[in-house]
Amino acid sequence: MKFPITKARGGIVAVAAALALAVAGCSSDSSSDESSDGASGDAMGGGDANLAITFLPKNLGNAYFDTSDAGGETAIMEFGGTYEEVGPAEAGPDAQVSYINTLTQQGVGGIVVSANDPAAICDALNEARDNGVKVVTFDSDTNPECRDLFINQATADGIAQVQVDMIAEQIGDEGQVAILSASANATNQNAWIATMEEIFAADHPNIELVDTVYGDDDDQTSFDKTAALLQTYPDLKGIISPTTVGISAAARYLSTSDYKGEVALTGLGTPNQMREYVEDGTVTEFALWNPADLGYLAAYAAKALIEGEITGAEGDTFEAGDLGSYEVGADATVLLGDPYRFNADNIGDFDF
Amino acid sequence: MSNATLAPPTERTYRDFQRPLWQRVLLTREMAVIGALVLVIAYASLTVRNFGAPITYTYLFLDVAAILLIALPMTLIIITGEIDLSVASVVGLSSVLTGTLHQAGLPFALAALIAIVAGAVAGSINGFLVTVVGLPSLAVTIGTLALFRGLAVGLLGTTAITDFPETWRDLATSKIPGTPIPSVVILIAVLAVVFGWLLHFTPFGRGIFAIGQSKEAAHFSGVRVERTKLILFVLSGSVAALAGIYYTLRYGSARGDNATGLELSVVAAVLLGGVSIFGGRGALHGPIAGALLIGAMASALRLASVTSDVINVITGTLLILSVVMPSLLAWAQSWRARRRGKRKGETSAHAGADPGTAASG
Repeated sequence: MKFPITKARGGIVAVAAALALAVAGCSSDSSSDESSDGASGDAMGGGDANLAITFLPKNLGNAYFDTSDAGGETAIMEFGGTYEEVGPAEAGPDAQVSYINTLTQQGVGGIVVSANDPAAICDALNEARDNGVKVVTFDSDTNPECRDLFINQATADGIAQVQVDMIAEQIGDEGQVAILSASANATNQNAWIATMEEIFAADHPNIELVDTVYGDDDDQTSFDKTAALLQTYPDLKGIISPTTVGISAAARYLSTSDYKGEVALTGLGTPNQMREYVEDGTVTEFALWNPADLGYLAAYAAKALIEGEITGAEGDTFEAGDLGSYEVGADATVLLGDPYRFNADNIGDFDF
Repeated sequence: MSNATLAPPTERTYRDFQRPLWQRVLLTREMAVIGALVLVIAYASLTVRNFGAPITYTYLFLDVAAILLIALPMTLIIITGEIDLSVASVVGLSSVLTGTLHQAGLPFALAALIAIVAGAVAGSINGFLVTVVGLPSLAVTIGTLALFRGLAVGLLGTTAITDFPETWRDLATSKIPGTPIPSVVILIAVLAVVFGWLLHFTPFGRGIFAIGQSKEAAHFSGVRVERTKLILFVLSGSVAALAGIYYTLRYGSARGDNATGLELSVVAAVLLGGVSIFGGRGALHGPIAGALLIGAMASALRLASVTSDVINVITGTLLILSVVMPSLLAWAQSWRARRRGKRKGETSAHAGADPGTAASG
């Protein structure tokens, strides 16, 4: 019985090999006419400059990126390019690589990407650039050698400054304030808090920063920490929460407590989370960048790169539609501007 | 489960060999998957722009390489009726270990070797709990999935190690000279031959099928059931660790959350490739074709600008179909056999038992 079995296995191998050859032959035949077809199609679509720009967010179905990519679409419609958005369903470190590879194959003019991992997508981006694709990162950067330009939403100094300014305006530049942060080892928040401490010490001698507590970017923990802060410091005039989870939890606590309107709350938040607290008077003003502007600027930066108007060198300038003129800074970075302040007057204009 | 594996001995009579060779080779689930793969590639090459370009195959193999590697030992494990869900966590752990050891000053090759040994140890923990303690592998490997992932994230936190030697990194992404095929395919081919030989041409491999059919029968016929399973889990851990090193080099980034969820892609490829989740049935070329089929479809759909959610829905539907189909076919076959049995009476049983007829068929 052994012999026929061996023959059968041999047969499988032979058939598989034959099929593999057939597949290889079929694919190499079609590759030649497909690629020439593709090249002519691209040339017709984009004129001499290929303004097909694709946005690649960290993941799809995320309100923040929906807003930023919509801003990008607005810009691309203005200058007559082709807008597309692709991305993974989940934000894994390597999830964007296959999408970047696909865009390289499709021969798009530019990729605007928010990186899930600063290194994992590097090779794929550089391969895209070797094939003539311009790469702009926004929101979350890659290593500088992997992209042509980074659109920075805000600097650490700018974020610290706007929060200090807002709380000082709201409490009359004197009294006790506290900070409700994310986790104790959150890199961004710690950098901002250190800068805020310096600014308080230098410019606001009458404001006393009494405590920094950590809500771990957890809604319930942040809620409880807010309650504890208010009980520990009866004279507290204001709370700064430089994290979107913290500020909404603190606002929820304040809005139902006796401290509503007595204790000022500001920090970094998103309009959809904070809308009801701005409308009921718990919160006067908070800040964040405007993601729509960020996407809009990134799209114009991609256009300027594709058309060869800029190369990403320091000192290059380009026009970004309604936002005006921008200059490329050190490390091929463009700064969107000061953080955007949201208050009762403008919060209705935003949905993210 | 034992009911399902004990029920179909009627399909395994000598009558199988009455069918001519070409039928036995071509009318299998493995060939159906290979056929589907050929169809998808041919159709996409004609209709999806840019799919026919050689670079597609480079990316395709780079994307599915880790899945292909892990699918090899996974096939053997699933044929015994067990499963190893901790493989993706072993990938993450091996990635983190390679990164931290290399950062600590060890040469890359040594760091990688230690990571593979760690993978073998991780596999032997699974194997120990399944064979010696006697727990179900589904429960054990869900536990170690969390355990190994926890270790990986705990070792490195949320940071990433990205500093790896260029020569090694180039090796992971280089192509076989003159072809669009990445060099890692050579590694996969060698391991596929080794595992194929182990499964289909050795007494050890016959033991694997025997265990999947009936553990008790295998035990009484002299198969060392526990030892076989332990070896398979150790192999699975080692190969997963090897995939972790490839993964680290390919993306140039060692992170605790690398390859999260990869185990499901591997199991999907294996089941799509015609391996029965109840054990006892399968062939190694099936899962290889299954992994390539999933990869080729995802690649074609991405190039056609189909969103990721739709790609997931299509892959999921295909998987369910592939799991349901054999049950439907088996039902149809038994129904036909019953009808034929009624008509022919005892003649078929007589022909089936005659070894002379079988050998000449």
